Amino acid sequence: MTATTLSSPALRPRRRSALAWAIADTKTITWRNLVTLRRLPQLLIFSTIQPVIFVLMFRYVFGGSIHIPGVDYVNYLMPGIFAQTVTFGAIQTGIGLAEDLHKGLIERFRSLPMARSAVLAGRTLADLVRNVFVVALMLVVGYMVGFRVETGVLGLLAGVAVILLFGFSLTWIFAIIGLSAPNAETAQAMSFPILAPLVFVSSAFVAIDTMPGWMQPFARYQPVSVAVDAVRSLMLGGLFHDPWKVLGSLAWSIGIVAVFAPLAVRVYRRTA
Amino acid sequence: MSATLIPMADNAIFVEDLQKRFGTVVALAGIDLAVPTGTIFGLLGPNGAGKTTAVRILTTILRRDGGRAEVLGVDVDADPQQVREHIGLAGQYAAVDENLTGRENLRLVGLLTHLPDNIVRGRADELLEWFDLVDAANRTVRTYSGGMRRRLDLAAALVHRPPVLFLDEPTTGLDPRSRTDLWGVISQLVREGTTVLLTTQYLEEADQLADDIVVIDQGQVIARGTAAELKATVGATIIEIDVANPANAERARVVLAKHGMCDIDTDGHTVELKVKDGSRAAVDVVRTLDHEGLEPMSLTLREPTLDDVFLTLTGHAAEEPPPEVPAAVGARRRTRGAA
Repeated sequence: MTATTLSSPALRPRRRSALAWAIADTKTITWRNLVTLRRLPQLLIFSTIQPVIFVLMFRYVFGGSIHIPGVDYVNYLMPGIFAQTVTFGAIQTGIGLAEDLHKGLIERFRSLPMARSAVLAGRTLADLVRNVFVVALMLVVGYMVGFRVETGVLGLLAGVAVILLFGFSLTWIFAIIGLSAPNAETAQAMSFPILAPLVFVSSAFVAIDTMPGWMQPFARYQPVSVAVDAVRSLMLGGLFHDPWKVLGSLAWSIGIVAVFAPLAVRVYRRTA
Repeated sequence: MSATLIPMADNAIFVEDLQKRFGTVVALAGIDLAVPTGTIFGLLGPNGAGKTTAVRILTTILRRDGGRAEVLGVDVDADPQQVREHIGLAGQYAAVDENLTGRENLRLVGLLTHLPDNIVRGRADELLEWFDLVDAANRTVRTYSGGMRRRLDLAAALVHRPPVLFLDEPTTGLDPRSRTDLWGVISQLVREGTTVLLTTQYLEEADQLADDIVVIDQGQVIARGTAAELKATVGATIIEIDVANPANAERARVVLAKHGMCDIDTDGHTVELKVKDGSRAAVDVVRTLDHEGLEPMSLTLREPTLDDVFLTLTGHAAEEPPPEVPAAVGARRRTRGAA
């Protein structure tokens, strides 16, 4: 209380390139978001409850009346569940940012000499790490209800990589929603109408051939379907083997990041 | 005060004709401020006056629409990065992460201010001790009281020992003891050479701390000077007397006016006088009223508030705050009377 001074002399920041700081700041924000995740494990549990219910419902209730030629329905279902999990999980990104915004944390961040992109990149990367756990958990659940990867470990890992990249790309879209919403609840409410058609008008749970003709083109090529088909190709192979779907899904994910990441940074800069 | 990267300017903060509008709402209609290095400057005004907007512009959070705004001689819009390295901001809503511990919060800000890791550790320990948060250092902020959060928020603003500190209503909502403690810290900072711009709704706070004060209302400067000068415009002390009913209040006003007291207001049961020498005048008032058979139910001496300054300067009470902000400065209807 005596010898130390509160305010002088001023401490000098280290000098580094803008890129080096962007990476360092992103690491710092990612750390901060992961600490929260570790301290509130219920966030992780909650984001898996809904997909687990879907697994049980489609496996045991609806599954019996859905016939996909040449495959056990549970094997058809699980790639759809993985995609659904990361898609709905992306809402968390928006909620987290909306909370930071309304608690004044983003205001403080904006008064610091940190990289402008780091708040968003740190959030989306932390959510990517969260998705690793969530997808792993869903794989375990899948195995418990009879899901089996037909292609081996490499196929499994490649499939997981495709789904994680897809989830990561979506978090940038929901970052924009989180920054634009007046509060976290609204961010959540705004997200659902965007997600529901993507998740349900897709190949996640049923074969697209069974949908009305006018719906099929959208259902076939929209990003969730392509991601699901890519995961099927990688994890199931055989009838579902289709490298174009894998490339297609990578293209969708990279495209979404390329468009929405700069847009999100712009929104962040303008958010007061 | 040795190693600032920016050459020392005479005025740590300089603002000229600063303007900002949000849509059709004019938040700042051209204000001027100059804060000499090493002083505390008080920006005084009710909710919605434009105080926070001015702070946000000076801390690079918002961009201005017109005028000049410089911190340590650097234009805040032209080189915001340079400015951010030399300022600290502590706000009205403690901007700390509830899910991190106190120490982690300081570490977060330190790292994002680009200080070396070992210095961040040392500063965190120092500040936790300074702000009496050592015992709570490893608890999540969720468990902190309002006063503790506010202290942590201020500590976070000080991690890099900024030469210029912005405090946006630092004591709003604090209990009197926490407020006095915080005043002590702020005074200490200024003794060490920090320049502070403080916004407040309390004249008393500006009086305690600030060297110079500007009063703003609806985005415009309506008065400037020292706290003493502002209070002098009102009268040194205010005496409030409660009587049995409004009729008695009116009688008391007439009696006191006849007795040579000036600047008297009535408001329902209450009579209010502005006087130079509070305790002397209070005795006179009681005697005078007693002589007329008017018994005061209560008599209070108080220092002028922002509300009083406002009423004197503008003829109206401080504006009604916007609905989402709790009323701190209530508007009161009064009848003016002077003899």
